[in-house]
Amino acid sequence: MNKQIVRLTQVALVLVGVLVVMTTYWQTWAAAGLADRQDNAIRRVHEFSIDRGLIFSFEPRKRLARNRQRVVDGRTLYFRRYPYGPLTAHVVGYSTVGRSRTGLERSLNDYLTASNANLSTVVDKALDELRGKTVRGNNVVTTIDLGAQAVAAEQLGTNCGAVLALDPRSGRVLVMAASPSFDPNRVENDFDSISAITANCTPASPLLNRASAGLYVPGSTFKVITASAALESKKYTPESTFYDPGYCKVYGKRVNNFDTSRPYGTVTLFDALTYSVNSVFCNIGLKLGAKRILDTAKRFGFYEKPPLETPTDERLASGLYRNGSLFYPKVDANVDAGRMAFGQERMLVTALQNAMVAGTIGFHGRLMEPHVVDKIVGPGGKVIDKQEPHLIRQAVSEKTADEVADMMRSAVARGTGTAAQIYGYSIGGKTGTGETGIPGSNTTWFIAFAGKDEESAPELAIAVVLQNQSGVGGTTAAPIARSVMQAILQGTENP
Amino acid sequence: MSARSRELAGLIVAALLAGIALASITIARDAEVSASAVTWGALFLALYLVAHVVVRRTVPYADGALLPLTAVLTAFGITTIYRLDSQDGGRQAVWVAIGVGVLCATLVALRHDYRVLESYRYLFGVAAVALLLLPRIPGFGEEVNGARLWVDLGVIQFQPGELAKIFLILFLAGYLREKRESLARGQLKDVGPLLAIWGAAMVVIVVTNDLGSALLTFGIFLAMLYVATGRALYVAAGLALFLGGAAVLYNAIHHVQDRVTIWLHPWTDERVFCATTGELDFRQNCASYQLVKSLYSIANGGFGGTGLGEGTFTSVDGTQLIPYLRTDFIFSAIAQELGLVGAAAVLLVFMVFVVRGMRVALQAQDGFSKLLAAGLTFGFALQTFIIVGGVLRVVPLTGITLPFVSYGGTSIVANFVLLALLLLVSNRANTPR
Repeated sequence: MNKQIVRLTQVALVLVGVLVVMTTYWQTWAAAGLADRQDNAIRRVHEFSIDRGLIFSFEPRKRLARNRQRVVDGRTLYFRRYPYGPLTAHVVGYSTVGRSRTGLERSLNDYLTASNANLSTVVDKALDELRGKTVRGNNVVTTIDLGAQAVAAEQLGTNCGAVLALDPRSGRVLVMAASPSFDPNRVENDFDSISAITANCTPASPLLNRASAGLYVPGSTFKVITASAALESKKYTPESTFYDPGYCKVYGKRVNNFDTSRPYGTVTLFDALTYSVNSVFCNIGLKLGAKRILDTAKRFGFYEKPPLETPTDERLASGLYRNGSLFYPKVDANVDAGRMAFGQERMLVTALQNAMVAGTIGFHGRLMEPHVVDKIVGPGGKVIDKQEPHLIRQAVSEKTADEVADMMRSAVARGTGTAAQIYGYSIGGKTGTGETGIPGSNTTWFIAFAGKDEESAPELAIAVVLQNQSGVGGTTAAPIARSVMQAILQGTENP
Repeated sequence: MSARSRELAGLIVAALLAGIALASITIARDAEVSASAVTWGALFLALYLVAHVVVRRTVPYADGALLPLTAVLTAFGITTIYRLDSQDGGRQAVWVAIGVGVLCATLVALRHDYRVLESYRYLFGVAAVALLLLPRIPGFGEEVNGARLWVDLGVIQFQPGELAKIFLILFLAGYLREKRESLARGQLKDVGPLLAIWGAAMVVIVVTNDLGSALLTFGIFLAMLYVATGRALYVAAGLALFLGGAAVLYNAIHHVQDRVTIWLHPWTDERVFCATTGELDFRQNCASYQLVKSLYSIANGGFGGTGLGEGTFTSVDGTQLIPYLRTDFIFSAIAQELGLVGAAAVLLVFMVFVVRGMRVALQAQDGFSKLLAAGLTFGFALQTFIIVGGVLRVVPLTGITLPFVSYGGTSIVANFVLLALLLLVSNRANTPR
């Protein structure tokens, strides 16, 4: 029987040998893949064992996200609290067990959990782990001006819309407010109360960051792009004259001005922007063609997601949309250039993009990369990463930008945007009223840049957008822009 | 060095391991070294010294490696269980002490000639089936996790399957020794009673839903038949029979289908019907929850492990991640805290135990002893393969215990009986005459 016993021994050893091989497989080859799986609760425990980095506003320096310790089964876990609740909910986002993460909490997760590849972070983390100490994440200082942010949120009220303000000289985002907002502290355990939020639009979608992911019909704010394209083409100057009959003919059909009762007659390009005369831009559009205007828009950043530190899927690119996706015409005939030239015809724009447009015009045509993170600081106070101003491109010539800037100043001084005037400051702006096809349900806009005087570079650029308005941009959005600009320029008491 | 001196040295090493393991747990938990580790190491050593002395007096020529290997495995088991739940760790230690007592009692009782057991072979055969039937008797049986495996005697509960396994091996060893020549010649009239006992056992197991034991019993049966007859045809026929039976079972019993589905597709990308909640959910959150969580646990160990007491076994909200962690899934706890190094070490201990057990079978002089030792050892190896293979997704997962390591009194005691029988066979084979 010994021969059989030897064989059986071999079989038994192979069986146990297979176990050794498979253990090796799961613990080495497959380990990384398993660790990355969403439902891996062990990974989640590890993430919550990290003393997650804090998130700060820039001015005043307040904690927008902090940690609350809780001991679970002998292990200290760190759960998030957001002292300012709905105020910065969209930009900061949330980090929860049950609903994952959004906002900077998601996109900067590696920094916040000290798993970024930065050398000093790697060394510190390894030392902490060796000593059995809690790993501490890196802190994030945002560029948010908390006082102005509070003013923006208050001004938006129950309206659906967004306010985005940035410093056009550096690209620093000062205000990123979307309405309605939600309390990130309730996401984990009281999500029903967030689903129940209502506002002046349906669905209210409180989780949506309307400042960077809300696409809206730009209306007359798009005339800034059309005017820039017109001047860049050298076919027009600010003094070029047009005859306005109160409408323009496209494909033989009349496209009316917003106010058809009062045709302007003979009017210059300068005045056409000041008083927002549709027919003038309609004719420019027909003359230049859609692609030429769109190419100028691209120079301002259209057709790509604005580079910001928030997660990519919380930012959308502006441009023409067809069937829900971005679309660039192959030939001019694909698009009604006349209507597109004054911001209709399936043109959709985000508040972030429109603030970049206003800022670029104010800053002599220079498009700066926007960012909402000022710096990343290690737990010991060492600065790991600091954002420096970065020029994306000269979008249009300095001459063109300055000429359009003058027209925008004129619009605030005597045109459609007078509600945005602030004494002692030079402000250029453009109103917009996008028609959605439903009467009394307009999308209204105001975009602007503001500085001490015409000579010096503007300190801020802003875009305000509101949904479902019965009024126009000059009466609804411009006053909000004014309040937020005032808060940024003159400061506020701490919120 | 004699076998007994080596045994003593091995036991001291095992006790040192046990002490160090407990020390690292207390350091991880309370950040301090306490005297408890030394006390525990000494107690552990004392316990196995009792066994050592009894072995010296009753089976002085027995293999010297089997007892230390057992000590190491129980040390792994008690330490891991203690780390998960200190009370259960204490209970497991008591069960190991009882197991050592049963070992000593068996050795003393059978010290003259264990081969008397051969004459009771049919009794063992009937007892095996009776034991397996016991949980089906109303008032006795208790259903745990969809299978009726437990017997409630009021004072204690036990799993008769573990004991039935040993009885079945005793029966097969006796019966096959008697009939092996005629079976080898292919006289099928002797196969009758054999198939009857085996078939009865299978039916009982299917009725109790205990698939792991069915696989184990069948494997042992085939292995011993092969050793006795040397005919590969029997193995081939048996495997065909098994595959046919498996196909029938797969279509007939829902339980089996579920196990196979979980084994083949533990993760789904789309929500599927979840029987426990009645709602749609990903399978990894429902039916294959245990298996998937256990794989995460193993993967989290990596090469070096998290360290004893440093593993993660509870979720963020404090609930236990892996059900049955101390029994069926103890290997994934070991693999997480000790890593590939530790898990491979445990498997290596099992391997060495198997090699020593088979060596005993080779050295044995008579057919009954050879069959007995080979059957017991192969059963030990196969049981390890079925449960660890289930945890590692090599085979469908079925709930049986990991010998000497899993939490559970019946399993511990039954495996100490197995060890006693191996020592007895080894002693007889090596006695100089």
